[in-house]
Amino acid sequence: MPDASLSALAAQLAAKQVSSRELARQYLDRIAALNPAINAFITVDAEKTLLEAAAADARIAAGQAGPLTGVPIAHKDIFCTDGWLTTCGSKMLHNFVAPYDAHVIQRFKAAGMPSLGKTNMDEFAMGSSNETSYFGAVKNPWNTACVPGGSSGGAAACVAARMAPAATGTDTGGSIRQPAALCGITGLKPTYGLVSRYGMIAFASSLDQAGPMAPSAEDCALLLNVMTGFDPNDSTSLEREKEDYTRDLDQPLAGLRVGLPREFFAEGLNSEVAAAVEAAVTELKKLGATTVEISLANSKLAIPVYYVLAPAEASSNLSRFDGVRYGYRAPDYASLDDMYCKTRAQGFGAEVKRRILIGAYVLSHGYYDAYYLQAQKIRRLIADDFNQAFKACDIILGPTAPGTAFKLGEKSDDPVEMYLNDLYTIPANLAGLPGMSLPCGFDAKGLPIGLQLVGNYFSEAKMLNVAHQYQRATDWHSRQPEDLK
Amino acid sequence: MSLTPDDVKRIARLARIEIDDAQAQATQAQLNTIFDLIATMQAVDTASIAPMAHAQEVYQRLRDDVVTETDRHAAFQAVAPAVENGLYLVPKVIE
Amino acid sequence: MKRGHDNWETVIGLEVHTQLATRSKIFSGSSTAFGAAPNTQASAVDVALPGVLPVLNKKAVECAIRFGLAVDATLNRVNVFDRKNYFYPDLPKGYQISQLAKPIVEGGTLKIVVEGEERTIHLTRAHMEEDAGKSLHEDFHGMTGIDLNRAGTPLLEIVSEPEMRSSAEAVAYARALHTLVTWIGICDGNMQEGSFRVDANVSVRPVGQAEFGTRREIKNLNSFKFLQQAIDYEVRWQIGTLEDGGRIEQATVLFDPDTGETRMMRSKEDAHDYRYFPDPDLLPVKLDEDWIEAVRAGLPELPAAMQARFQADYGVSAYDAAVLTGSRALADFFEAAARACGQGKLAANWVMGELSAALNKAELDIAQSPVSATQLGTLIARIQDGTLSGKLAKQVFEGLWEGAGEVDAIIEARGLKQMSDSGELEKIVDDVLAANPKSVEEFRSGKEKAFNALVGQVMKASRGKANPAQVNELLKTKLQ
Repeated sequence: MPDASLSALAAQLAAKQVSSRELARQYLDRIAALNPAINAFITVDAEKTLLEAAAADARIAAGQAGPLTGVPIAHKDIFCTDGWLTTCGSKMLHNFVAPYDAHVIQRFKAAGMPSLGKTNMDEFAMGSSNETSYFGAVKNPWNTACVPGGSSGGAAACVAARMAPAATGTDTGGSIRQPAALCGITGLKPTYGLVSRYGMIAFASSLDQAGPMAPSAEDCALLLNVMTGFDPNDSTSLEREKEDYTRDLDQPLAGLRVGLPREFFAEGLNSEVAAAVEAAVTELKKLGATTVEISLANSKLAIPVYYVLAPAEASSNLSRFDGVRYGYRAPDYASLDDMYCKTRAQGFGAEVKRRILIGAYVLSHGYYDAYYLQAQKIRRLIADDFNQAFKACDIILGPTAPGTAFKLGEKSDDPVEMYLNDLYTIPANLAGLPGMSLPCGFDAKGLPIGLQLVGNYFSEAKMLNVAHQYQRATDWHSRQPEDLK
Repeated sequence: MSLTPDDVKRIARLARIEIDDAQAQATQAQLNTIFDLIATMQAVDTASIAPMAHAQEVYQRLRDDVVTETDRHAAFQAVAPAVENGLYLVPKVIE
Repeated sequence: MKRGHDNWETVIGLEVHTQLATRSKIFSGSSTAFGAAPNTQASAVDVALPGVLPVLNKKAVECAIRFGLAVDATLNRVNVFDRKNYFYPDLPKGYQISQLAKPIVEGGTLKIVVEGEERTIHLTRAHMEEDAGKSLHEDFHGMTGIDLNRAGTPLLEIVSEPEMRSSAEAVAYARALHTLVTWIGICDGNMQEGSFRVDANVSVRPVGQAEFGTRREIKNLNSFKFLQQAIDYEVRWQIGTLEDGGRIEQATVLFDPDTGETRMMRSKEDAHDYRYFPDPDLLPVKLDEDWIEAVRAGLPELPAAMQARFQADYGVSAYDAAVLTGSRALADFFEAAARACGQGKLAANWVMGELSAALNKAELDIAQSPVSATQLGTLIARIQDGTLSGKLAKQVFEGLWEGAGEVDAIIEARGLKQMSDSGELEKIVDDVLAANPKSVEEFRSGKEKAFNALVGQVMKASRGKANPAQVNELLKTKLQ
């Protein structure tokens, strides 16, 4: 079971070789066994999961099953889930039982996929190591002394440890791709606007995008079919024809032009990561691809731009956490104002407060033009670089992260060092482009290495095609942590 | 440029986050390393560049003026820190 | 420094929050109906639950377009929503969605008439925004209660240039604006329910000084009377302060109707740093030309155009035309009555005279008038054709008011028809002359007043039904 792909699980369910309840029970058992060591889940509720699984079984029995009905999935604790604790990894929401379902949750429910629980994450999705969670750090299944990456660290770890066959994640600056890379799984951040943000607790609204995380590209394609689609409740949701993201998986790669941005192979990249990525390029060439060197000259500014725009939006998005209508309220206060200040000082962790302060500063009187407006202008330059690059290539390839999983605590005292981990992932968020990470090897310590693909707008099917063909030729994505098997 | 502890206290005040002098000092040092990183974008000439606020160049979709919501205050207030008679309670507001 | 109010000039600009007449809120599908139980009309979006997102109400935009067209303003074909960040318990998101840099409406003008003189007031802008909830300060164990039913109600904030120079002008502007927004159907104008709220920016400067004085903003005035009182008090206070050698600090103040005074709410030092930035959850709003033209085509005739037409078509004075276009209902009533009788001036007199007096006395609105425009028109027609004298017409009007039936039926039933049989009248005149020899004598000896007494006697004897002109003529003939 732990090795089964989503399509294999769906086939077993359809053939009545296994019931959704049995499947859910098996994964719940594995969660019970492994989660104490990994801490990938904040909330597990077997009763709720099994009820949903029973409903899926009924659908299957009634002949009303969809392609993935009965296959369980884990959801990042950033998605509001009706009747489930939804914490966003924060003390601020440690007691928040959501009274409604996020659009993404609605879609998975409609697809008949039972929820295995809510996965751990960096607080309000702010972090690259999952160490900022109020509910404790997640451990990397490949080496529990290492971080799983973040912010969707619980999602990546639970999939890597096969505690769930798949998981949802969100990506504002790399929060799907970087943990996917560090945990050796496949994760995709779609084009901005393809997946509704309704009910997904906002970090930086103009960058946030939900996506699938699973062992393989084929799994991700199936999940993307469920997740994407127009939602009238999200003004930034795009009205587009529904696509089948599996349609091009088996297309040959002959003639594919792969762009290699020279800035992504420059100083700061770990040599083992560089070697693995170059090996992947060789593999793609064997499959018929050609390469072309491209330049994303302004991408070096992606981190400064991101650390202005994302905190600015976050500082405003997180103002609703004021202790009035839900969530944490400080126990002692002298006045309304004191209640606000204490609630927010106590309810938010250090990294979240740091980003709120940065955001408040760059938007404040006298600084807006120099910071916020300047960052928005450079954001356009970064997006323009991609537009230029896609004239010369079909897909852009590079490393997902500059290194492999680092030790817990290694970078937690140095915010800038931590921020640099998202060097290669942030540009796609700023441009709104789709990006994905897939496993392409291991370093000498046995830690997974991630390969990043960035496609043009709405080219998810093409990216998945490239990733799937690569995964047919290699087996990095099907390897599992030895001692967890 | 760099932030002073007073700047930190001013923005913490704007953000309604309680902060004492020692915390302001520590935060100031951290924020300044971040602002040193951010400062690298100041050298770029962007005079002729239009700011990019959204990933897609699309316009706002408009909703028909129809009442679609029902009363759900009981469910919403089940998770509220303090309510009475359907109202959210907060410490006395002085105008 | 010269003392006395004559040496100071008052400068006033108004910011008016008009609640737009939509069924649902500006960014959610909650009802905007007034008076519901607390928080029963506050959806997930209005309560700002984590994860919720705004979607813009088309009708709110259409209302703003209507307004922009009505004041001949520039409509920004692409306009943008911004977030205004501040903490307050009735502001659930910790920011208000508003428009700062690119509002939907810029410029425009509004004509006002003060003491018979017409002035044009320029508008700075009008922008869409969401209303906040309500804080209820009754005692909840020393706590404040928050009701978010009003949160997210669509507002159009209309900002004037600082062009008004007296409280009378400010009130005239506010009234003209109130008339206009209700006229074009974008606001119900209900000031008690907060549908039309006025903030007044007031400053004074020595006569002849070019630069403005420091202004103070009087917040949330919800009646024209309070607007006048608040400005008058504020102007006296500012002049007094300056003449006593003090300085005016920029501030926000509240008007207390009980004391008739303004008091400081917050000084400039406490002024918020709102950290405005474009709302990333909302995309730029595009106004298509087709849409704008469709809205334009649906606009009613506007008060200014109607005033001009009333003067031309019905021969009423500029003043009367202004009064008659005080509301669309009143203007429509007048016009229907005028058309029914073909007598514009007479119709204007009746609408502004008898009818208005009766409505005021009964505290009724023109829309609730028991006398219909057609009835009033018919009544006026009966005066015109000689059936009724003015005096008789008033009696018929009373009948109409009481609901006694249609005009002719009342005349018939109450025997109010003016006497038209000259033989009958001649007999009355002869009887009166015979019975009043003294008056006849006095008239003949040159006392004109005696003639009037005789007319009165004849009218009395005819029980008011004689035609006064006819009586005059007959009496003159008989006395010659």
